Order: sequence, then structure tokens, then C-alpha cells
Amino acid sequence: MDNIIELKNVSYEYSNADEEDIAYTAVSNLSLNIERGSFTVILGHNGSGKSTLAKMLNGLYKPTKGDVLVDGINTKTEETEIEVKRKVGMVFQNPDNQLISSIVEEDVAFGPENLGLDPKEIRKRVDESLKAVGMYEFKNSTPHHLSGGQKQRIAIAGMIALRPDCLILDEPTAMLDPKGRAEIVDTVMKLNKEKGITVVLITHYMEEAENADRVIVMNDGVIIADGTPKEIFKNVEMLKDVGLDVPQTTELLYALNKNGMAVPTNVLSVEETAQVIANYLEEK
Amino acid sequence: MLKDITFGQYYSANSPIHRADPRMKIVLLITAIVFIFLSKNMYALLFSCVFVLAVLLISKVPFKIYLKNLKAILPILIFTAIINMFYSDGTANKLFSIWKLTVTDAGLYRAVFMATRIILLIFISSVLTYTTTPNDLTDALEKLLSPLKYIGLKTAVHTLAMMMTIALRFIPTLVEEAEKIMNAQKARGADFENGSLKDRAKALIPILIPLLISSVRRAYELAEAMECRCYNGGEGKTRMKQLRLKPMDYVICFITVLFCVGIILINLI
Repeated sequence: MDNIIELKNVSYEYSNADEEDIAYTAVSNLSLNIERGSFTVILGHNGSGKSTLAKMLNGLYKPTKGDVLVDGINTKTEETEIEVKRKVGMVFQNPDNQLISSIVEEDVAFGPENLGLDPKEIRKRVDESLKAVGMYEFKNSTPHHLSGGQKQRIAIAGMIALRPDCLILDEPTAMLDPKGRAEIVDTVMKLNKEKGITVVLITHYMEEAENADRVIVMNDGVIIADGTPKEIFKNVEMLKDVGLDVPQTTELLYALNKNGMAVPTNVLSVEETAQVIANYLEEK
Repeated sequence: MLKDITFGQYYSANSPIHRADPRMKIVLLITAIVFIFLSKNMYALLFSCVFVLAVLLISKVPFKIYLKNLKAILPILIFTAIINMFYSDGTANKLFSIWKLTVTDAGLYRAVFMATRIILLIFISSVLTYTTTPNDLTDALEKLLSPLKYIGLKTAVHTLAMMMTIALRFIPTLVEEAEKIMNAQKARGADFENGSLKDRAKALIPILIPLLISSVRRAYELAEAMECRCYNGGEGKTRMKQLRLKPMDYVICFITVLFCVGIILINLI
């Protein structure tokens, strides 16, 4: 498989303008490849460097050391800056601060309009994108009359109207209620499965990582774990050490194991967990 | 609630004026205002009255709403009328005197004439704001001002339109936020209702400062989001919605031209 994004020994330092010797390293010497078409979740608590990493993936931040390649293009090249941003879309935490127009369809049209596309093509893309996130019937609404989850879906539609290869979502659910959170996760999953868009989801909600192809755990600017969700969540001690909460099912199986019940810990969903516990009880 | 305040005064209805092209509406409004001012005699003014009333009726916006607009400028209206009442060109007949000021029949006529003119002006301008959404107005202004780019103001027109779009989008968001901060400060014992004017003005500081800080933060995040959506200052930008003149727009234009010709003819009487 080929990689859509490649990070080569990337570091990012925030420097203080007044005191140059005091610099804060958010990401240090990190190498990572994101496979085309994959669904990757990056986990980490606040200040682990995951947001800085996200902003480097589409060239919004340029690494202070190392290189980021998007589809083979270095994000540091000025001439291709727009092209990189088109290839790698980015959705942020607060939906209110991403919407530009007071009419939904005009907001979704903002990206394609910036690319200078033909009005007919823009109209086609806007309708398609709104349908893809299930917000087509709201195309003439005003964003401030919509719920947080709906606004965030509009923001996602605004990104996919640019036809990106990859979508980075930087804690898109942090400001939403559980219902809105489920809406976003479902939408993103659907885009990944049906449209083949590569997804990088950055979050601190572990449940959102359950269906990912790959989970990366970050702490203090470095990757401390990288694997499938089941591999990662087995390691309950490590996750707790870096300040993350494991899913409740994993926590339960972990606690049962600790107390002498040899149930397998490599399952995640509630149904699977119930099944393995039932199996264990039957065997006994 | 404060939240429901929307910028502008758009009144949703389905009338030919609502559907008309916003660019046409702006140009015709300016033309109509000029010709209302050019009405020299009573007949021309009466003709203007008929025209404006017809426009108000066609707009399908309730007359009550237009009257509300008038209330706001009532003091200015009365003031103008009173000043004009004492105007005299010397040949007029004296009606009565108050102290050293004399009211003549010509003055009285002039007062009524001026007041009517202002009322017509307010009415016809409100037709534009009541029948056009703020977004359409912004689009139309951008299009109408676009010739400015040939005289060295290339980015100015686009920037102005972008600013208006963002302002329209964020007014409800900021109003909501101000409300939240106000409630938070009230919960901490802040008092906005009592005390002298100075005290009350001072009480607003704990609302304005957090609001300002959060706005700056919002602006920063919005700028990043815009950059991620390939915004580069409007260079080579196209628009999804193209404004196109429809047959009805020409009909409306023709009617306005008839009105203008009518005024010129009546002025000759």
C-alpha cells in the first residue's frame, strides 16, 4: 500500500519571542506513515502534542526540523501550499469557528469557490457533500439554528467539497453532546468506507478508536504505542499511565483478569464482552 | 430572546419584489430616491406618493412594519417640519405669529411638503431592507462595486464583502456569547440593573473584556479554518450563486423608468 502522508524525523518547537532560549518542544523527532484509505486514530491527553502533529499534516504548521510529505509533496514548498491543503482537509474542535457564511450551502461552497471552479461544478459538489453528511435538507438553514453535531457535519461537508484524499479531524467531538459525538463518528466512518477517504481522527475519547484500523498513542511529543485497537487496549496499565481512560468493557475484563478470572481481554464491543464473559461462566 | 435577533430586517414573503435581483433593487432604489427629491410641485409629490404606496403594497410586507420604521425618525421629522413652518419668502400671507416667529401659508405648505418627502424616502428605502436578505445585499454590493477594482482597489471590494459575510455570520454567535458571560457574571453577584449611569457602564467592563478576548481567539481559529479551505485572499475566486437578471427584473425597471418620466412631465406643469 502507498502512503498518503509521510513524516520524516519531524520536530516542532514553540519558541518564545522574548526569551529565545526557552522553547517548548511539542513534537520531537517523530516518524510516521499514514496509509492511503486507512482509518487512523491518534490518542493522547491534553498537551501530548497531538494537535500540533495534526496541524503539520496539512502544512498549516511547518515542522521546525524534518519534513512532512503529502502525496510526495513537501509541505514546506510555498508554490504547492494550496494543493496540499486541498489534498488534506482539516476539521477543528469548535464548529462555530469554522463556518464562514450564514447560509449552510454557501458555507459548503466556500472551499470550491476558492479553488476557482465553475459555478455548476460547485453546485454539484455542494449537493454531493451535503448528502454525504446527511445534511442536504438543511442547505438553506442558518448555522446558528443547528445543533453542535449538525454544525460539525456542515464543517465536514465543507471539507469534502474540496475532494480531499485525506481528512484530519482534530478533536471534532470535544464540544459535542453524546448524540452529536455519535453523529460525527458515524459520518466519518461512512466517508472512510464508502468514499475511500483516508481518515486521521485525533481524540481523547477512547470509544471512538474502537473501529479504527490503527491506533497511535502519543505522550510528550512522541509515539508511545502504535497498533490495532485490540492490541492497544490490552495494555491497560500503559494507557492509564499516560492519563487516558480505557473503554469500560476493557476496564471490566482487565479487572476480572486481575482477580483471577481468565477471560480474554482482546475484545472491545459490549456484545463481544458479554459473550466472552458468558463463555467463561459456561466453561466453569 | 436576544438570540433571535438577526442582523438586518428581512421580512420573509413571496412577492415580485422579494424575487427581484438585488443589484437591480439597489440601483432602482437610488433612482427612485433621486426622483422623489426632484418632485418640485404638489402634483409630482402626489404622484410619488401613489408610486411608493403601490410599491409597499406589492412588497406584501405588512404596512404596520413600515410604520414602525417611521416611529424611529419621528423626532427628526417633527423638527424638520417645525423649522420649515417658519420659512417665508416675504410674499406669503401671514397666518399667525408666535413670539417673534411668523407662520405663513407658504411655510406651512413647505413643512407638509418636506415631511411627506422624508416619509416617502423612509418607506421606499425600507422596501429594500425588508425584501432582501443580508447575504443577497452583500453579494449585490460586491457586484455593483466591482468596477472599483479597475482603479487600483483590486482587493478592497472583495475584502469588504468578506468582512460583511463574516460579520453577518458571527453576530448571533457573539450575542449568544455575551449573554452567557452576562449570566456568569450575574451568578457571581454582578449587578447590571441598579446604580447610577456611571456604575452601570462600569459593570459592563467584566462583560466586554472576556467577549473581546474570546473574539480574538475566534478570529484566529477562523483564519486557520479559512486557510485550510484554500482561501488565499479572493484571488481567482468564483461564486456558486450567479446573479442573473430575469424578465421580471426588466418589468420592475421599466415601471421605475415610467415613474421617473412621469415626475419630469408633471414638474413641467
